[in-house]
Amino acid sequence: MNPVATPFFFYFLSAMALISGVLVITRKNPVHSAIALIFTLLSLAGLYLMLYAPFVAGVQIILYAGGIMVLFLFVIMLVSVSRVERESQFNKQWLVGIAATAALGVLFILVYAKGKSVFPERTVQLPEQLNTQQVAVWLYGTYMLPFEIASLLLLVAIVGAVVMAKKRI
Amino acid sequence: MTLGTFIIVSVIKIVIALFVLLTGVAYTVWLERKLVGRIQNRWGPTRVGPFGLLQPLADGAKFLFKEDITPPHVYKPLYIAAPMIAMIFAVTSMAVIPIGDWVTVAGVHTPLQITDVNIGLLIILGITSIGVYGIALAGWASNSKYSLLGGLRATAQMISYEVALGLSLVGVLILSGTFSLRGIVDAQAGTWWGWLPKWNFFQGQFVAFFVYLMAAFAETNRVPFDLPEAETELVAGYHTEYSAMKFAMFFMAEYANMFTVACLASLLFLGGWHGPLFGPTWLQEILPVFWFALRVFAFIFLYIWIRGTLPRFRYDQLMKFGWKVLLPLAVANLVITGLVVALRA
Amino acid sequence: MIATADYIRILPEIVLTLFGLIVMFVDPLLPESRNVKPLGIIALIGSLGAVAASIYQMRYPGPAFWNFVVVDNFSIFFHLLVTIAAALVIMASFEYLRVQEIRAGEYFGLILFGTVGMALMSSAVELVLIFIALEISSISTYILAGFRRRDAGSVESSLKYFLLGSFATAFFLYGIALMFGATGSTDIPQIASALRLNGAPLLAYVAYALMFVGLGFKIASAPFHVWTPDVYEGAPSPVVAFMSTAPKMAVFAVLLRILFVTESPSLLAGSRPVWFWWVWGSAAVSMTLGNLGALVQNNVKRMLAYSAIAHAGYLLVAFAAAPEAGISAAMFYAASYTAMNLGAFIVVSHFANAGERYVTLDDYTGLGRRSPLLAMTLTIFLISLIGIPATAGFFAKFYVFSAALKANLVWLTIIAVVNSAIGAYYYLRVIVAMYMRDSTQEIPVMRVPAGVTATLLCSVAAVIYLGILPGRVLEFATRSAQSLLR
Repeated sequence: MNPVATPFFFYFLSAMALISGVLVITRKNPVHSAIALIFTLLSLAGLYLMLYAPFVAGVQIILYAGGIMVLFLFVIMLVSVSRVERESQFNKQWLVGIAATAALGVLFILVYAKGKSVFPERTVQLPEQLNTQQVAVWLYGTYMLPFEIASLLLLVAIVGAVVMAKKRI
Repeated sequence: MTLGTFIIVSVIKIVIALFVLLTGVAYTVWLERKLVGRIQNRWGPTRVGPFGLLQPLADGAKFLFKEDITPPHVYKPLYIAAPMIAMIFAVTSMAVIPIGDWVTVAGVHTPLQITDVNIGLLIILGITSIGVYGIALAGWASNSKYSLLGGLRATAQMISYEVALGLSLVGVLILSGTFSLRGIVDAQAGTWWGWLPKWNFFQGQFVAFFVYLMAAFAETNRVPFDLPEAETELVAGYHTEYSAMKFAMFFMAEYANMFTVACLASLLFLGGWHGPLFGPTWLQEILPVFWFALRVFAFIFLYIWIRGTLPRFRYDQLMKFGWKVLLPLAVANLVITGLVVALRA
Repeated sequence: MIATADYIRILPEIVLTLFGLIVMFVDPLLPESRNVKPLGIIALIGSLGAVAASIYQMRYPGPAFWNFVVVDNFSIFFHLLVTIAAALVIMASFEYLRVQEIRAGEYFGLILFGTVGMALMSSAVELVLIFIALEISSISTYILAGFRRRDAGSVESSLKYFLLGSFATAFFLYGIALMFGATGSTDIPQIASALRLNGAPLLAYVAYALMFVGLGFKIASAPFHVWTPDVYEGAPSPVVAFMSTAPKMAVFAVLLRILFVTESPSLLAGSRPVWFWWVWGSAAVSMTLGNLGALVQNNVKRMLAYSAIAHAGYLLVAFAAAPEAGISAAMFYAASYTAMNLGAFIVVSHFANAGERYVTLDDYTGLGRRSPLLAMTLTIFLISLIGIPATAGFFAKFYVFSAALKANLVWLTIIAVVNSAIGAYYYLRVIVAMYMRDSTQEIPVMRVPAGVTATLLCSVAAVIYLGILPGRVLEFATRSAQSLLR
């Protein structure tokens, strides 16, 4: 079956990602920020799905929204929120922020204006393949060495976390 | 299939699935009260209807008409949203669970499943992992120490056991080579020597099955892992401050989750709906659903049985069991399965 | 199917990982009070095994694992460098761990795992793999820096290193992303051919700059050097000996590979590469700031930290010089710097005693009388760091400067020579304190344990060998440079 209402879903998910992204950095209560971040991550997962990357979407939900953010929330919930809310942010950098945003905006407009000829008119109709299996084939084929080495990286990080955090090893 | 029929068929399936699920939930509560009553040498509900069969209806009416108390100290938006989150995600996972083979009804050939996606298992894992938020946020938004502690315990427990749960499923994935639940069930069709079914359980995944079973108990916060709501220490855990329908939502979510894990266990390890088929065509179309329901019922029965039998774990025992027993077992199973499959190839 | 030769081409990494795992497995089986020696010996065997494996690799040059790693003379050179450095540090750590009450299992395990990353950095030819290897080596050094957990300085050092280091790695990663955008590949040879075909777009310049920021942080070159003194001061001294040599040299290997291979066509044609002026500037600033900073230090560890910044500058001079002579000079410098700096820090580590108490210049007064042998070895390392003839430092500087002159970098050479003269002052200050000033306080003289003796003997031997007979190593480096540029 062909996908229906793609533009609607694209704009809906993008808008949700952007709005909740803005909420993440503007809310004072850290729990609210965390919840907004969860929405950002979920809408990104939706966007991945629209790009026919179901595995990436699934992993995004399971690991980021369902794993890491739960841990974040877990830690934040233990922090006394009322104190955090009273404290003011000590590094107000409105000027720098506005300058950076303006520069980025100009860049986007430039890319949009100049890129019209470079980017294709219509989005390419991606084939709905066995995307998940393809990911696995690449990971355990060509990219085997970096993939396996990454597990060593994780091992080092785990050992490090234990060494740094545990009272008595 | 046109878009119109697709939508109509889907809506019908959704309505049926929701109805069956919620009725199932209601009667599981009845079954639980009856069985635990018998285990403890009591009668359980007997007054409303024959054998107390109308008790769930009475309970539902009670929840609806009770006063809905919102304590003054709660953070309202999340306090109200939390039970909804728990309920929504508990029910959503039903969307990808197949309950039988393809059937033809009124000229429409359709699978007995709301939607068949090729990453069905990932979606279920994702939904259950997000379902934690309902409980965690309920604990936080209630703004009371018992709720917070209950919420924290639930979160820690569910994250810890999710790891073992996920890893125990990988062995099945290696054997069947697909994330699609229907594909996994299809891979278990047939028998050896005419009598031993080719369930994943018999294909060497029995360790994974037991790891999954334990982790599933913990994921659904059932005895012996019901520490988030341990009444002796935490009053009622994360739902201490909830009453009436909001409480009922947590309650239903818990039982709906039980159904989900029971369905998964049947699909992944016990051959799904495969079983002996006989009789006329209409019977052959219905029998798979019956076999599937039988397995799910067996798991529900097991849940209740264990609830009536075992005491609760201590918290440190719970964590130790999850990380030091189940996780290594699941990893060992994964390594051995991988080796066997690689050597066989 | 993967060929056996592929596995041989990552054999040192496999050996190191295996022994690291063995250390971690054996650790819980031994009583906590007496586990330093057995674990250390396992780790030592592992690192020496990796040295042997690197030598064995020489017979199997070529790419492996779908062109993610390449074994050539260049990679073997740096493999030997980092694995030998690891072995020396492991040998020297036995006594230190006992005195400072540091857990041995995690310490040795992390050194071995970190060495895997460093070794892989020198043989990887794909930017993503390089990034992962860089992270392995960085994360293990962040943690090693904080191993004296009861000491606030050590924790501060670890945290600073970690925060700034992660920031720098992000720059490197961003550079990789832009390079991928500019050339459509993360494979270094393919980047080179893409740049040759299409010329370097603006994006590639930015990518080079960002990658240089990330890697420049790791080698402590100015202006990304600010973390160095604080981190070196707080971290355990044997760890400083390790992290000021092995990971740094591995990053130099990465820099050499990225900068020279991607630009090899224009370099061989004799024109200046796109990154020329950054490297020039960074080299000049590093030398000057490092040496000026070291002048005013009273803490020997801090002084050596500033000297490390200066030496990173000298090494970068070789980058700016003519390609072939420059690469071989840089490699020779890397080897000599490893020998002398590692040795110097091991002496400092041994002398500092429990809790790292004796690290100021005043503590070194009269050392020449109290323990003449220790003082003499430190003197050898220091005069080598100055660059006095008959030591490794002399030829290292000589080759670098002559390579720079060959490329007509007169001004850079002048800056470097002036800086060497400034450097001599503060190194000599330590020597003067040791021999010509009387000590004002009573400092216990510790017996030099066998492990430290062995390490110091090896380092001294290396410094003198490279200082008197530099020919063989230089020739090997030249051949590696040729294989790299081809």
